[in-house]
Amino acid sequence: MLRVDIQKQLGEFSLAASFSSEGRVTGLFGASGSGKTSLINTIAGLVRPDRGTIVIDGETVDDTAAGIHVPTWRRRIGYVFQDARLFPHLDIRQNLDYGRRMNRLTEDPAQHKRVIDLLDIGALLDRRPGKLSGGERQRVALGRALLSKPRLLLLDEPLGALDESRKLEILPYLVRLRDEAGVPMVYVSHDAAELRQLATQIVMLRHGQVTAFGGVKVLTGGT
Amino acid sequence: MFEISPTEWTAILLSLRVAVIATLVATPFGIALAWLLARRDFWGKSLLDAAVHLPLVLPPVVTGYLLLLTFGKRGLVGGWLADHLGIVFAFRWTGAALACGVMSFPLLVRPIRLSIEAIDRRLEQAAETLGAAPWRVFATVTLPLALPGVLAGMVLGFAKAIGEFGATITFVSNIPGETQTISSAIYSLIQTPDGDTAAARLVIISIVIAMGALIGAEWFARRATARLHGQ
Repeated sequence: MLRVDIQKQLGEFSLAASFSSEGRVTGLFGASGSGKTSLINTIAGLVRPDRGTIVIDGETVDDTAAGIHVPTWRRRIGYVFQDARLFPHLDIRQNLDYGRRMNRLTEDPAQHKRVIDLLDIGALLDRRPGKLSGGERQRVALGRALLSKPRLLLLDEPLGALDESRKLEILPYLVRLRDEAGVPMVYVSHDAAELRQLATQIVMLRHGQVTAFGGVKVLTGGT
Repeated sequence: MFEISPTEWTAILLSLRVAVIATLVATPFGIALAWLLARRDFWGKSLLDAAVHLPLVLPPVVTGYLLLLTFGKRGLVGGWLADHLGIVFAFRWTGAALACGVMSFPLLVRPIRLSIEAIDRRLEQAAETLGAAPWRVFATVTLPLALPGVLAGMVLGFAKAIGEFGATITFVSNIPGETQTISSAIYSLIQTPDGDTAAARLVIISIVIAMGALIGAEWFARRATARLHGQ
């Protein structure tokens, strides 16, 4: 479960968002500049809200009135960025293992294998990020985030940097992730078609304000 | 021509010891300062930056004299260190290492700072979302990615330290076996009749060490680029 009720002033831009989602995939939908990325970064703890609360899986990670701001690294979230941001000095195996090491989790070969099979990245393990295609990199980034055992997975336009055919290559993996990984997701996109396939709930943003909230049907209501 | 005398060997080995110790002790401070200058904004930052570069611009004899005033036996810091910790810099090889460390510090810091500035901060952000505390982000992402710059800085700092002359001779004088490095040995030999051949030998050794350091630094710089591109 995710509950967000925050306000944030970023220069001229003001962001005010309030919603509560039980959905498996909460889609944040809006044009560029609508505040989607600022909102997901606030959920991640990378941006600190001026006012309000954020509750992830029953834990209050932000509550400005109570002075609570749990730092990003203690939020137990996974974050997949538009650019995969794999660590260039580590090979794929080490990249995938990074979150487990940082969270001091014991090795879980069964989950490791499940994630690697789910994303079809078994053949890439000994390679370096620089030798991977954009689509492969993004699949590894997904795996890396999942293997840190997050309680919420944040995805900021994970297909945004890919061309059309690569998008179609990754989309089925995201659907499998939604149906099999059992981790709730927040999925940012400006592509209604993408969200129609993936999201179970939609938060529609415009100029930093939530204009609609509900099932995927709100996407057909126009912006 | 190529028979190196015991006195010359002593000077060469002392130079190496002084430069190695100076570099090893200065490196952690260099990394901390480089990180501070690359990543933090604070009051007096440009003043600190200027202070770090000062030994590069000041006449070495001034730096040496300032060291003598500060770390000499009756100096503000030197007196205290000698009385309380028994550490004496004046006219000791440790003083030569201190002078070399101070003189080479700007050259050590610069490549480290540049390599930290070149690191994509979004990678550090990604590490944080994966559960890495700030110091672990530094240890597992920032430092490994900056490592070629750190090594290049160490090589340059070492090369500068091994050739340092002005500040060293001002601060700790030119005592064979204690503070006489390659540079001060050459200086003495040039002033001695028949010292030319011995001076030439030490000159050649200096050139070899300096060239080696520069080529090494270049090699590390290329490694750095490759590393940042994930090859």
